[in-house]
Amino acid sequence: MRSRQLLLAVLVTIFAILGSAVLVHAQDQITVGFAQTGSESGWRTAFTEAMIAEAESQNINLIFSDGQQKQENQIAALRSFIAQGVDAIILAPLVETGWDEVFQEAQDAGIPVFIIDRNVTADPSLYVTRIASDFVYEGRLAAAWLATATANREQCNIVELYGTVGSSAAIDRATGFAETIALFPNLELVASQSGDFTRTGGKEVMESFLNSLDPASICAVFGHNDDMLIGAIEAMKEAGIDPADDILTVSVDAIDDIFVSMMNGDANATVLLSPNMGVQAYAAIRSYLAGETLPALIPVPSAMYFQDTAAEEYAARTGG
Amino acid sequence: MRNRAFPLIATIVVFIILYLIGFQRFPAFGTTRVIANFLTDKSFLGITAVGMTFVILAGGIDLSVGSVIAFTGIFCALAIGQLGIHPLVAFAIILVIGSTFGAGMGAIIHYLKIPPFIVTLAGMFLVRGGAFVLNQASVPIEHPFFEDISNLYYVFPDRGRLTFVAVVFVLVLLLGIVVAHYTRFGRNVYAIGGSDTAALLLGVPVGRTIIGVYMLSSFLATLAGIIYAIYTRSGYPRAAIGVELDAIAAVVVGGTLLTGGVGYVAGTFVGIMIQGVIQTYVNFDGTLNSWWTKIVIGLLLFLFIALQKFLTSYRGGFSLGGLRLRRPPSPEVKISG
Repeated sequence: MRSRQLLLAVLVTIFAILGSAVLVHAQDQITVGFAQTGSESGWRTAFTEAMIAEAESQNINLIFSDGQQKQENQIAALRSFIAQGVDAIILAPLVETGWDEVFQEAQDAGIPVFIIDRNVTADPSLYVTRIASDFVYEGRLAAAWLATATANREQCNIVELYGTVGSSAAIDRATGFAETIALFPNLELVASQSGDFTRTGGKEVMESFLNSLDPASICAVFGHNDDMLIGAIEAMKEAGIDPADDILTVSVDAIDDIFVSMMNGDANATVLLSPNMGVQAYAAIRSYLAGETLPALIPVPSAMYFQDTAAEEYAARTGG
Repeated sequence: MRNRAFPLIATIVVFIILYLIGFQRFPAFGTTRVIANFLTDKSFLGITAVGMTFVILAGGIDLSVGSVIAFTGIFCALAIGQLGIHPLVAFAIILVIGSTFGAGMGAIIHYLKIPPFIVTLAGMFLVRGGAFVLNQASVPIEHPFFEDISNLYYVFPDRGRLTFVAVVFVLVLLLGIVVAHYTRFGRNVYAIGGSDTAALLLGVPVGRTIIGVYMLSSFLATLAGIIYAIYTRSGYPRAAIGVELDAIAAVVVGGTLLTGGVGYVAGTFVGIMIQGVIQTYVNFDGTLNSWWTKIVIGLLLFLFIALQKFLTSYRGGFSLGGLRLRRPPSPEVKISG
């Protein structure tokens, strides 16, 4: 009967798909489950790749799950990790809320949970620690550099390309930046508007700044991320302004493209938002499993890049 | 009829094989923890899919369910957190709102003769937009009642947890089976899905049944939204995007014909469990790209549609184009719609 043959074909296909991935488990290494939000941005993908590569180099058996931008997928992944009896769980939460119940389940099963990147509202007793970049510190770094670069100017009017309204990255970077420029009487924030972390958003906001303010009066632009700043560079060029010379620039992320802008002399400085949090995360897990107590927040170090090393850094990134 | 049960049997066979593949590689598949996780993690999707089964059995489709889930969650979070309403009262209010919304869609579909795809698509946008108007970010629900519910679970000897939400799912499923096969409403749904003209001639109240079907679907989607709110203890306007498609996939893989009239609520349950097994397998493996879940479900969906096509054209009854051209029209038909 044809239907039976069809059924057979169905089954053979499924066997072929699922049978193709067979993994050998080693017993002596530690097993870590990592639930990622998804793969929505280049930075996120770099973050995932760094986590996997770091696990390989440390001989950690990493069980990776991509949440596809859905919290229910992340919760299901955590439950699978618990059922599998992993040694530790790393969660990069999609949203801050809704983790209490599954964290409680992990705790009851004796599996420690580590938060990476974004924050959660769950009770701190339910997880070990959070490994994250300090966004406030990034804002301070950017402001401190601007203060140094404009030390000999009497007045420096700054415009700000704000990130997505309500996001912790934008709020904290703005806070760190504002509290630092307040220390320098010659620095003044004259305008701030959201470019939503996108290139087109940054370009539109910069165009409106250049129209509403006297372009000659603007001394510097601070972008909450590199993408917005790259958009702003275009807007400045179209308005006949020489970015990085007429108007100083500083932004956060240190993505590859900003190095190209720096090499071309269109951008001055960028603050690194490290996608490589694996080193800190795995070190935290190892020390926790060894019985050490950990601080509530483990900051990932930030650094700054400037024009003079841009070519070198870009070559190192793209070449290797 | 043997042919009718065949897709269901095929689904069960596929489930057993997938489960055994998982069990053979990961012995943890045999624990109650994993089995209870299937029910807990898929409960809101499962409840939605039970409603979707009725809609598809009646020859329709409901694309609004995912949005209804999100709206319910954010509504409950705000009602409980900002207005200080007791969760049970908030649940009652939103269930009434949800059912009314569904009945409204059903009435538009029936009386204005607009295809369900369009009406429920409009409903989907409307309700999703409404959820974002209520609030843009996720809102935590801090209420002792929610903690009590989260702590309601039965622990199996090997530490698997049968949670409250899993029990609700199983109850809805059992009720769905009873309603579909042992009530007049259920028989009417099957009759309309087979042929609404014939159903009308047989004295089936078509209008009332169609309104009832969409009302039931929205009611269950709202209930799923409540379950989702309990599951995540928060409301989030971006929640449950695409759940309507997962639910439709579960129904079709579960052996229900997309043209309506043939299928089983129990099959939908197996369809849901198949999704759970694949997702768990991918999560357990940890090296497979998680989008493999979608690829395998997509393949299964395609194969089951092909199977349906083969079986239905074999019977010569109707085609999958939705027009049922091959069924000879009854000569006495004078009443339309």
